[in-house]
Amino acid sequence: MNGLYRQLRAMARLMVGQPSYEAYLAHMARHHPHAEPMTRTAFFRNREQARYAGSNGGKCC
Amino acid sequence: MKHILWILMALIGAICLAVLATARGEQINALWIVIAAVSTFLVAYRYYALYIARHVMRLNPARATPALYRADGLDYVATDRRVLFGHHFAAIAGAGPLVGPVLAAQMGYLPGTLWIIAGVVLAGAVQDFMVLFISMRRDGRSLGELVRMEMGPIAGTIALAGAFMIMVIILAVLALIVVRALAESPWGMFTVVATIPLALIMGAYTRWVRPGRIGEVSLFGFVGLILAIVFGQTIAASPFWGPLFTFTPEQLCWILIGYGAVASILPVWLLLAPRDYLSTFLKIGAIAALAIGIVIMAPPLRMPPLTQFIGGGGPVWSGGLFPFLFITIACGAVSGFHALIASGTTPKLIASEADARFIGYGAMLMEAFVAIMALVGAAILDPGIYFAMNSPTALLGTDPTSAAAAVTAMGFPITPDLLVQTARDVGEHSIIARTGGAPTLAVAMAEIFSHVVGGPAMKAFWYHFAILFEALFILTAVDAGTRAGRFMLQDLIGLLVPAFRGSTSLAPGLVATALCVASWGFFLYQGVTDPLGGVNTLWPVFGISNQMLAAMALMLATVVLFRMKRQRYAWVTVVPTLWLLICTLSAGGLKLWSSDPAVGFLIHARLFSEAAARGELLAPAKSMAQMEAIIFNDRIDAALCGLFLAVVLSLLFFTIKTCIAALRDAKPSASETPRQMVPAE
Repeated sequence: MNGLYRQLRAMARLMVGQPSYEAYLAHMARHHPHAEPMTRTAFFRNREQARYAGSNGGKCC
Repeated sequence: MKHILWILMALIGAICLAVLATARGEQINALWIVIAAVSTFLVAYRYYALYIARHVMRLNPARATPALYRADGLDYVATDRRVLFGHHFAAIAGAGPLVGPVLAAQMGYLPGTLWIIAGVVLAGAVQDFMVLFISMRRDGRSLGELVRMEMGPIAGTIALAGAFMIMVIILAVLALIVVRALAESPWGMFTVVATIPLALIMGAYTRWVRPGRIGEVSLFGFVGLILAIVFGQTIAASPFWGPLFTFTPEQLCWILIGYGAVASILPVWLLLAPRDYLSTFLKIGAIAALAIGIVIMAPPLRMPPLTQFIGGGGPVWSGGLFPFLFITIACGAVSGFHALIASGTTPKLIASEADARFIGYGAMLMEAFVAIMALVGAAILDPGIYFAMNSPTALLGTDPTSAAAAVTAMGFPITPDLLVQTARDVGEHSIIARTGGAPTLAVAMAEIFSHVVGGPAMKAFWYHFAILFEALFILTAVDAGTRAGRFMLQDLIGLLVPAFRGSTSLAPGLVATALCVASWGFFLYQGVTDPLGGVNTLWPVFGISNQMLAAMALMLATVVLFRMKRQRYAWVTVVPTLWLLICTLSAGGLKLWSSDPAVGFLIHARLFSEAAARGELLAPAKSMAQMEAIIFNDRIDAALCGLFLAVVLSLLFFTIKTCIAALRDAKPSASETPRQMVPAE
């Protein structure tokens, strides 16, 4: 049940362009251990800009 | 042994289709359509999509996807396939699959049903799947870049210009639907206007109070929306506020143009992002509720399977079954616009090549299911109400008596009282000539939802809920589309004036935004002032352009198969390409050169200009200035159709040229990113 909730939550967030922050942290820890990762808020703003202000803001008819 | 269940399912689908095809005279249940569609889709997914994955594409789960070899935790993230399915479906499903089938119902429910089912299995889902595959093998590049890589820079530029024009037409037609749904409707207008302050509060909340809390802020917004619908009734009835929210179509047109210009230059977190949360979640929720509602209610289909309009002469849109049905239902059967999504964010998020079938082919099947539900919605209404809502004022007049008489004369008997009663039930002044598809669907949704929750007393609430849900995501699309169109335009102008491209200074962005808004605003204004209702003219142009983009995407897929030396499988993309080319070229040709003035732009323009030269006025024009406007609009539309034809024919030329070159080449020449294997954990 908990797994289903988490998955639905992840789905709803990705629908509006927000990938998982935990996955981002895991990626940074693994590949760039010496770089400072973005905070959760900075990550949110970064993705918000990428979704809506970039050229791929197009939605279907 | 493992095939037995599937054979059974195929049989069920075939029986349902047979029942649908042979039912004459008696009303049959809508569930026959739903079951026929679902079982066909499942069988197609199990066999045809698997065939494409295994033999045509030869998907290799051991081969790393861009999300793995380019992983950055931001754009390139390996994502669970179910989560990604939701993301992809939310991006492709919009107003298109809801509106097209409603308009197509003027020919009866059967032609639309068959075209959606056959079209999605053989063309639409194949296109989405192939473009996703091609982009996934090339670092997740976009459609324009893919065409450039495989077919050369000229073809790439032509495709980009074509995509921009299509974007303009889509925005205009979507905005027109909103205008038609909200004109003279203070209740609907109030609820839509109320979303702006709601979104601003939500934007401020995610900016300064609790950033990133999408769930709670969306919940707040949703409660606000429901309150807006409830209070809308009081507002609409109030002698002071009611008239303040009552607008004519022309006024609404200018409001929307102004809104588009302002909204697309505001910071994204302020209006666009929070409203996108609301419209996305509402869209998914409403689609799910509609599916459940149809299954619970199991309504009978009141529209006949075929109407007398299959030969042409229908009031909703002009032209005969072939080719115009196949361009009227674009999204839902096959939609070129999806090629932009399947080469957008999705290929960068896909975790394994093996997931591509579920996401590319599967999500499109789901969209076709949405289209089937919209068709069912239109077909469960009394045909008299359907035609009274979707025929132009020029045909119906404005009062219930004349409208009922006109619709009855078409062969769909209805009384003026029923028209008045239906309008009162849904809380509108009038439902006559509310073209555009959205109000019709809203009446159908009100019918279905009130059957499940609330009874007849809730009809008006559900009607306005449905209008709000449609208007909300169309407005989000107008805003996001204007931004996307602006970037496309900057890229295009940048080819000539390099300073225009990706510049950080303000001026090029503002100029491109203004140009973009002016372009769709022009077509919107033309549609709004069109005495025939505009949807009549604009929707076919939109359909032609969208199907042409699909043909372009499928041509790209064909080229890639030839360059991979898999031309023996190329029929998978060649067959739908040919069908789309036949449909769009003949529809485009008819729109240009047909001798029927209801269909052909040029003959219509000639008729009016000859009359104008004689000093006569032709209905529906009421002045010489209107005559001039009609002639000018006809010529612009004709030029646009001609341009679309030129774009698709030139891409056809490049396709044939590249395929022949690939055949002569002894080795594969497709420019895939070199293969890397999935790293062992």
